Amino acid sequence: MAEVALEPQAGVPDQGPDRVAGRSPWALAWRRLRRNRLALASLLLFVVIVVMSFGAPFYADHIAHTDPFVNNVNGTTIVDGKKVPLMEQGGGVLKLGVTPIGPTWDIHHYFLGSDTQGRDVAARILYGGRSSLEIGIGSAIIACLIATVLALVAGFYSGLTDSLLSRLMDVIWAFPVYLLAICIATVLLTAPNGLKVGPLHVEASSLWLPTLIIGFIYVPYVYRPVRGSVLSVAEKEFVEAAVAQGASNRRLIFSEILPNVITVVIVLLPLMIATTILTEAALSFLGVGVQPPGASWGTIISDGQNLLYTRPWVAIAPGIMIVLTVLALNVLGDGIRDALDPRAKLRVEG
Amino acid sequence: MGTFIIRRILWTLLVMFVITVLVFLIFFETPGVDPARQIAGRNPSASALKEIRHQFGLDEPIPIRYVDMMKKLFISRDLVSYSNQGEPVVPQIVAAMPATLSLVFGAAIIWVVMAIVMGVSAAVLRGTVFDPLLMILALIGISMPVFWLGEVMNLLSQHQFHDSVVFSWVPGLGYYPFTQDPFLWFKGLLIPWITLSVLYIGLYARVLRASVLEIQNEDYVRTARAKGLSERQVLRRHILRTSMITFVSLFGLDFGALVAGGVLLTEVVFGIHGVGFLTYQSLTNLDLPVIMATVVYGAFFIVLANALVDIAYAWLDPRIRLA
Repeated sequence: MAEVALEPQAGVPDQGPDRVAGRSPWALAWRRLRRNRLALASLLLFVVIVVMSFGAPFYADHIAHTDPFVNNVNGTTIVDGKKVPLMEQGGGVLKLGVTPIGPTWDIHHYFLGSDTQGRDVAARILYGGRSSLEIGIGSAIIACLIATVLALVAGFYSGLTDSLLSRLMDVIWAFPVYLLAICIATVLLTAPNGLKVGPLHVEASSLWLPTLIIGFIYVPYVYRPVRGSVLSVAEKEFVEAAVAQGASNRRLIFSEILPNVITVVIVLLPLMIATTILTEAALSFLGVGVQPPGASWGTIISDGQNLLYTRPWVAIAPGIMIVLTVLALNVLGDGIRDALDPRAKLRVEG
Repeated sequence: MGTFIIRRILWTLLVMFVITVLVFLIFFETPGVDPARQIAGRNPSASALKEIRHQFGLDEPIPIRYVDMMKKLFISRDLVSYSNQGEPVVPQIVAAMPATLSLVFGAAIIWVVMAIVMGVSAAVLRGTVFDPLLMILALIGISMPVFWLGEVMNLLSQHQFHDSVVFSWVPGLGYYPFTQDPFLWFKGLLIPWITLSVLYIGLYARVLRASVLEIQNEDYVRTARAKGLSERQVLRRHILRTSMITFVSLFGLDFGALVAGGVLLTEVVFGIHGVGFLTYQSLTNLDLPVIMATVVYGAFFIVLANALVDIAYAWLDPRIRLA
C-alpha cells in the first residue's frame, strides 16, 4: 500500500495557500480505509448481505410467493413448467419415505429446495439472516456499551472500584463463553414466562433473549482492552490540565477520556459482531438460541442436519452465508484497525 | 516467586468458588425457573411437586443446598443425577474424559504445527503473493462455524466420497477407545481433529505472523544480524523464541477452555461422547448435579491452565512477577 498520510503535527500552522486544510483524525482514518481495497470490498459484501437479509419479506412476498414460517408439506411447486409435489416419494439413498425437493435453482420457486416441513429454504435463509444479523449486531453493541461504561468507571475511579470490577470480569472471562451462554440460555428457556427482572420482561421466543445473553457474556472481552486504554489515557497531561482547570468528573470522563478511547471500541466492534454472529449460530444450532418457528442461520443448519445426506444444501447454504458475513466483518475489522490504530508499529502492511 | 505462586493459587480457588456459586444461582434463583417442575415432568400435581422438593432437598435454603451438593461432589463423591436417578455423577465424568482429552490433544498438535508453519512462512514471504494468500486462508478458517465445518466434513467423508479411495478408511461417527484399537482410535479421530484445529490454525498463524513482523524491528534482532548470524539462526533463536511467549500463553488458555467443555460443539457433531457431550445432554435435561459437576470440572481445568500460563509467564519474563 502507498505511503499513508503523516499524522498532523499539533501546533504546526498551515503554511501558505498550497497547504491542505487540517483534517480530523476521523477523516484521515477514513482516507486510509478508502485506500484499502480489500476492506472496502468486505464492507460492500457485508452491506449486500444486510440488504438481502432485511429484504427477506419482499423476497418471500413478491418473488418466491411463499410463507417460510408455515408448514407446507402437502404443497406443490413448479419445476421446468411442471407442477411437482414438495415431498418426493422414495427419495434419498434408501428410496424410502419422503424427501423434500432439492434446489430448483429457479429464483421464483424453491430456489434452494424445501425443508422437511415444506418451507422454502432460500426464503428462510434470508429471514434467518435477518435474525442472525439483528442478534449479532445488537449483542455486540450491548457488550461494547456495557463494557465501555464499566471500563470508564473502573479506569477513572481506579482503586477498589477498579479491583472489584476487574476481578468480576476475570471470573466471567475464566468460564468458557459457549458453556456460559448455553447454561444461561437453557435455564431461561425453561422459564414459562421468559426472563423477568424488575420492569424488564423478555419473552422466551423473543430475539432479545439470545441478544441479551450473548451481549452479556462478551462484556469482559471488550472491557479488558478498553480499561487498559482508559488507564493510560487518564494519566496523560491533557487530563491533568483539565483537572487543574477544575473540570468535573463528568467532563473528565465524557469529554476528555471517552473520545480518546472510543477508537478502541470502534476497532473492536466489527470483530465483536463477527464473534457474536458465530456464537448465535452455535446457540441456535444447539436449540437454545432462536426458537421455532423463527429462523436463524444456526437453526437452519440444525434443520439440515437430518437432511444432510439427501439434501445437503439445506445445511450448507446457511453456513456459506455465515462464513461470508463473518469473513467480511473480520477483513473489515482488520482494515478499520489499520486505519485507526494509533500504534503504527502494529500496522504491518506491505 | 514463592509468594507469587501462593497468591495465584488463592486467587484460583476464589475463582472456582465464585464460578460454582454463579452456576448454582443461575439454576436455582433465576426468576420463573423451578427445578422441581423440571424433575417432575409435565403437569405435576402440587403434592407431587412438594414431595420432589423435599426428596431432592430443594426446600432447604440456598447456602445449605450449595454446601450439600459440594460435599457430595468433593468429599463423599456420591452425587447422583436428577434425571437418571441413582446414576452417580463423578464416574460419568471420569469415563467421558479420555474422549475429550484425545480430541483436544490431537487437535492441539495439528494446530500448533500448522500455525507455526503458516505464520512463519507468511512473515518470511512478506511482500510476495503468498503472504496475503496464507492470511486469507487463515481468516477463512477463523470465520467458519466449527459445527458447520464438521457437518460438511461428515457429508464428504461419511457420504459423498465415502466409497472413493480418499475417504473409504473413515469409520462411522463416534469415539473408539485407544485401549481397544489404537489404529481405529486414530482413524476415527483424524477428521474431528482437523475440524477442531482449523479455527486455531487461523488464529495462531495470524498472531504469530504479526509478532514475528513486530519483533523483526527490535534492536536485539538487528544486533543479531549485525553479528553476522544467518537469517535462519536469527529467526529460530531470536525472533521465534520471543514470539513463543505470546503463543504459549494463548495456547494454555485455549487448551484449558477446550478441555473444560469448549469442544462441546465438535463432540456433538461427531457423536463423540466426551465431557462436552455430557454437559450438553445434562443441559437439555436440566440435570443440575451433572451440570454442576461438569462446570466444576471445567472451571478446574481453565483455572489450572490460567495458573500454569501465569507461572510460566512469570518465569519467562521477570517484569511480570515483580509488578
